[in-house]
Amino acid sequence: MHSIAFRRRAADRVTRVLFALSAIAVILPLFLIFFDLLWKGARELKWTLLADLPHPVGEPGGGIANGILGTLTIAGLAMAGGIPMAVMAGIYLAEYGRGKFASMVRFAVDMLAGVPSIIMGIFSYVLWVLPMKRFSAWAAASALAMIFIPIVVRTTEEMLKTVPASVREAALALGIERWKTTLFITVRTATAGIVTGILLAMARIIGETAPLLFTALGNQFWQTGLDQPIAAVPLQVFNYAISPYDDWHDKAWAGAVALIGMVLLISAGARYLTRVKK
Amino acid sequence: MENALKVKDLCAWFGNHQVLNNITMDIRRHAVTSVMGPSGCGKSTFIRCLNRMHDLTPGFRVAGEVLFDGRDIYSEKIDPVLLRRKVGMVFQQPNPFPRMSAFENVAVGLKFNGKKRSRSELAEAVEKSLRMAALWDELKDHLDRLGSSLSGGQQQRLCIARALAVEPEVLLMDEPCSALDPVSTAKIEELIEDLSDKYTIVVVTHNMQQAGRISDYVAFFLLGDLIEMDKAARIFTNPADKRTEEYITGRFG
Amino acid sequence: MTRKAGDNPKDLLFEKTTAVFAFGVLFLAFLLFALLVRESLPAIRKFGAAFLVTKTWDPVAESFGALPFIYGTLVSSFIALLIAVPLAVGSAIFINEFAPEWLKTPVAFLAELLAAIPSVIYGLWGIFVLVPVLRDWLMKPAASYLGFLPLFKGPVYGPSMLAAGMLLSIMIIPFILSVSREVLATVPRLQKEAVLSLGGTHWEMIRIVIGQHCIPGIFGATILGLGRALGETMAVTMVIGNRPDILLSIFQPGYSMAAVIANEFTEATGELYLSALVEIGLVLFLLTFVVNFAAKWILKTMVSRAARGL
Repeated sequence: MHSIAFRRRAADRVTRVLFALSAIAVILPLFLIFFDLLWKGARELKWTLLADLPHPVGEPGGGIANGILGTLTIAGLAMAGGIPMAVMAGIYLAEYGRGKFASMVRFAVDMLAGVPSIIMGIFSYVLWVLPMKRFSAWAAASALAMIFIPIVVRTTEEMLKTVPASVREAALALGIERWKTTLFITVRTATAGIVTGILLAMARIIGETAPLLFTALGNQFWQTGLDQPIAAVPLQVFNYAISPYDDWHDKAWAGAVALIGMVLLISAGARYLTRVKK
Repeated sequence: MENALKVKDLCAWFGNHQVLNNITMDIRRHAVTSVMGPSGCGKSTFIRCLNRMHDLTPGFRVAGEVLFDGRDIYSEKIDPVLLRRKVGMVFQQPNPFPRMSAFENVAVGLKFNGKKRSRSELAEAVEKSLRMAALWDELKDHLDRLGSSLSGGQQQRLCIARALAVEPEVLLMDEPCSALDPVSTAKIEELIEDLSDKYTIVVVTHNMQQAGRISDYVAFFLLGDLIEMDKAARIFTNPADKRTEEYITGRFG
Repeated sequence: MTRKAGDNPKDLLFEKTTAVFAFGVLFLAFLLFALLVRESLPAIRKFGAAFLVTKTWDPVAESFGALPFIYGTLVSSFIALLIAVPLAVGSAIFINEFAPEWLKTPVAFLAELLAAIPSVIYGLWGIFVLVPVLRDWLMKPAASYLGFLPLFKGPVYGPSMLAAGMLLSIMIIPFILSVSREVLATVPRLQKEAVLSLGGTHWEMIRIVIGQHCIPGIFGATILGLGRALGETMAVTMVIGNRPDILLSIFQPGYSMAAVIANEFTEATGELYLSALVEIGLVLFLLTFVVNFAAKWILKTMVSRAARGL
């Protein structure tokens, strides 16, 4: 009897420790990655990183300024096209989406959200690069928009559905037309949540590399036009990382710090907005 | 014209379930009419029929007539949006628009119902409505506060001001005090009496004392039927129907 | 007889406008699938079903089979699940059941932060930190002592199935973790208290309650993690070794579907070569599609069952 109780209590203790250890094992890589980023990125982490064009191998210095501009350009294009489409589709699903058509749209959104990002690259390549016979910012932006849109459709629908029915009723009772109610009252009530979703989706597409490989292609110089190959920070990190040169490896780390800086800044903005909402 | 609204043989269904049976009543202009009865008697459903708030409820339908300005509000020619600007509503739970300031809450109906107004016209209209809702003195220096940050009683008066801002003729109030404390309730009741000089008011309540304090007329509903309607004093002292008497003397409900 | 509010022409116009955009999303999904199929057609016509089970990948001879990539994707994802599921479920239990209040939010937040790190940064870290460490501290010793087992056979280079699987596991843990926490949170408190009140220890409560309620949900979370792992590109490309062979040893390099597309797409000169790569994309698309919807279905039925109190 005594030994059974002892064994049960011992099992309780042991499993407690195991669960705690697994949590530590989950968090540990995060610290390791951030530590390595700062440690190995430090050598090249100067302000020229943000201001200069890349330098050739062996030449010290140089930066990823064209990549930062390129990343912002393609992400900006993707969002310019993606936000109206996704928010309007989200409004449709939340406000009118009851029938068969709406469930087909929801199915499509679920499907798109699960598609590996590299396949969006193939899509854009076939749609733009093949017919135009050149890599371009447009192609890259359309691949990123395909990743961006399903995320934002979902959050828009979810956020609009959190707006209480009493808000819509109040507007209805004031004699405000339904479309105005939706656009100026319901959407406005959910704005913070929708913007948060947009920012999180933006953070996601800014870090995407795979869909850019054969759409943006990359560029050593400043971009010359949206129908031309364009640089992007994740591509630069990738190319520096797989190069055989040590000084490029340092630049890969520094570029990675810049990239994660951008991503975290945007995510932090999103978190700040959700906090304000409460 | 003596009557603001005339209801004739109004029936209503949710799906197959009939909730109102042949209601016929006249609602007197510039008076307070209370609709009273135990829960589930159809009183809320009834006043929501008076400004077509059920339009968006799937499976809901009505038969009969509701005449406003001599025309049936359920006829093809009536635009429910315009109707609701004439027949406003205040709800059981105060429901100010959450992300808007007190000022915007009151101004919103005017802003979105077509006519362009200058800033000063809007400010004037907001002040007027807030004064009528007895909220101006408390709020004049805090118009930029979020509507949802006010106290419950203030929120409800804000909702009344919001409804008054679009200058309705009729104000429907669906148990406007049931979510409020006694002090706020007293303020709202006082307000209802003041407003009845200019507005036709229909109040749903399950509180008999309240109905007695504020009403000129009382309608008693039971299980979807209008049992009787009369002057308030009459209903409370000498009801015609036994069921009304039983309700009033607290034998059920 | 009651008109709908949508009868107002402006309301109707607005509804139809939003519907057009919603249709746009539907159209994009259709276009994606249609283009993948169209571009795969040359390869499908040439190789037929044999494409899926052929080992050769020879761009010069224009002879293509996807088996090494399918194998690599499945094996690396399987290794990832093997590592990720116990850790993710263990930490979910820790956060939900054992951690003191003040610790819950930070731990959950940090785990979520893992999901925000771009995949190329995982790859970078994988190349320069994880792979050398694994090679020198795990794979070399293991190969010299256990090398007689085909699974751990040398020679050890570093980039390998194991490295890809481990890196993937770190990347998919946040997803499995957050879904597992949601699943655990669906257990009614009364049931937990019932076990405790009968004199059970905390661990016994978890074992019983999870055994009764959470297995399908955790399975759903696992499948969801699998869906993530299958399509992951950059990190895998950077550490898997990129060799189109089927080798039993997890210390040996492999290749994955996403990785071969990433590496060879811009070099694919011939029509058939490109088409074969797109077909790999199509296979990957269908695979993740099936896996994601299986996960969704499992989680949904589980949630509805939990709602009915079963």
